Amino acid sequence: MKIKKAKAPFIFYTRHNLTELLGIKAGNLSQLLKYIREVPGASIYHHTHRFLQIHLYLSPEPPNDFSYWVVNIMREDELAERLACIDIIQYSSIRELRDKIATTIEQYLKEYPRAKQRYAKEGQEFHFMKSISFVLPTRYIANNLKEFVLALKEVSIHSIYFHIFESRIRLEKGDNDFSFWLRTSVGENELAEEISRIDPYTFTLEGLRKKLISMIEEHLKSG
Amino acid sequence: MANLNDYQNIVGSAIIEDIKLLAERLKGKRILMINSTAVGGGVAEILNRMLPLLKELEIDIRWEVIKGGEQFFDITKKIHNALHGKDVEIGSQELEVYLETNKANIQDIDFSADVVFIHDPQPAALIEARGDVQRWIWRCHIDLSQPQKDVWNFLKKFILKYDATVFSAPSFSQKLPLRQFLIPPSIDPLSEKNKPLPQEVIDKVLEKYQIPDDKPIITQISRFDRLKDPVGVIQAYKMVKRYNDCRLVLAGGTASDDPEGQIVYEEVKAAADSDPDIHIILMPHNDLEVNALQRASAIIVQKSIREGFGLTVTEALWKAKPVVACAVGGIPLQIKHKYSGLLCHSIEGAAFAIKQLLNNPEYAQTLGRNGREHVKNNFLLTRHLRDYLLLFLSLFYDRDVIYL
Repeated sequence: MKIKKAKAPFIFYTRHNLTELLGIKAGNLSQLLKYIREVPGASIYHHTHRFLQIHLYLSPEPPNDFSYWVVNIMREDELAERLACIDIIQYSSIRELRDKIATTIEQYLKEYPRAKQRYAKEGQEFHFMKSISFVLPTRYIANNLKEFVLALKEVSIHSIYFHIFESRIRLEKGDNDFSFWLRTSVGENELAEEISRIDPYTFTLEGLRKKLISMIEEHLKSG
Repeated sequence: MANLNDYQNIVGSAIIEDIKLLAERLKGKRILMINSTAVGGGVAEILNRMLPLLKELEIDIRWEVIKGGEQFFDITKKIHNALHGKDVEIGSQELEVYLETNKANIQDIDFSADVVFIHDPQPAALIEARGDVQRWIWRCHIDLSQPQKDVWNFLKKFILKYDATVFSAPSFSQKLPLRQFLIPPSIDPLSEKNKPLPQEVIDKVLEKYQIPDDKPIITQISRFDRLKDPVGVIQAYKMVKRYNDCRLVLAGGTASDDPEGQIVYEEVKAAADSDPDIHIILMPHNDLEVNALQRASAIIVQKSIREGFGLTVTEALWKAKPVVACAVGGIPLQIKHKYSGLLCHSIEGAAFAIKQLLNNPEYAQTLGRNGREHVKNNFLLTRHLRDYLLLFLSLFYDRDVIYL
């Protein structure tokens, strides 16, 4: 297969995250709903993406902090399930995701008003935090698909995280960076589409790296 | 002393590369760390490991330790206990000694730095030395979730003058009009306390302290401090002992800023009541021996009533040991109940959990394995080092997404 040279190189960025505490805590579901509507987008992002960064391997935790708190502290299993099931990949901005989370809680409180009466014990409140992201270029640059897959094997897991998750939803690019580059710079529309179709939220980060590598290697072989 | 490349085998080269990239962005900034003890206790331990690595990254960093007399450290111990929520009375004269000692240190310390990083309450009042363009951070290692109000209000006057605070767990944060960051502490996998040990070394330490390896060893490693509830551990052991033959090891030293240690040690000895299977070891600071005792143990206990982060739990999990610990301070960040250890809330709860683990060794092994993986991903020194670099950088920006 002739390796196509990309119109523009792909520069791998890495991204690191510092957690800032907002000093805001919710002791019941009404307060949780109120603050979900008010806190900065960086906080909604933090509480829906933190699990990906903390558990690089599969864990038994539900995939967002709201759901975890609702089931373990508020003991509202049904609401927790509804929150855990929110399909983040369907939302292209934190604003939309925030609305979905808020309306899910609001709807539940309408259906089960008694849930408003339940309070968390002292010390078990939900603490709102936000993520401060630091983004910086790495030394890995790919000029074609072959170089791209080699770099993908070497870069830190934080780099893969940035290009797949953060770019799409937090920076509101609408798609992951890898697919965008493959489509616009390499002309690999089919492979770009295949990668866009992955639901990355159902993978561990290392699992995601392996999946991407095998897709691209397969594509190179069949080329 | 280990260098950054030594960590690659554990965390991978990409993580180390990322750390180097971040450090480059701090070139030219001078950092000053200040705390109250050079040895003993978690803070000094982390600083001793971290500073050489920061220097290797060519960060211009210094570490100063404040000086104070016995009375000053008696008072700061009281402040420490009061911030942990204990009912402690601190007189205005005592507060005066605290302020005077801080003032005396202001005269002695060279504060020339871009970022001044103060650890814990002892040196908090040094903020009065703040220069116009400096950034000051207060790093609180204490569980501040239920502080004694008047003592916290006294300290708060100083904290409000800082640019940012850092806490080890979300529940420690306070309503403050300044930035608050969450940075859990860490352990060093290459230190004497955590590196892998040959069986002969472990056996020698057991021999030295006359601990026969004839039955499962339950261990709590902690300073002799009431907040670590060593007497509660003895009571839990006695409940277990009725059904499962085992030994109990309570081992620890005292930090130079903790004058209460000897008294608590005597209380623990009295509670043990000369049981030959209880081994109470008041040991001088010896990381290798702590490592050996942890590795020789079947179960590690941390029955703290209050806890900062609970680094002894991190150490035990890193050694893939099943841990029974109270759900206080930073411990729930480290242990997910029934997944990477067992959490308890009482002496009876601790005893029940110990029995479960002794009777189900495979289950105990699974918990230990999961615990090690969690520590590897989140609580090793390299993650901590990265967080501190990010913290220093964050002081020079006020956006949520920062392109460096």
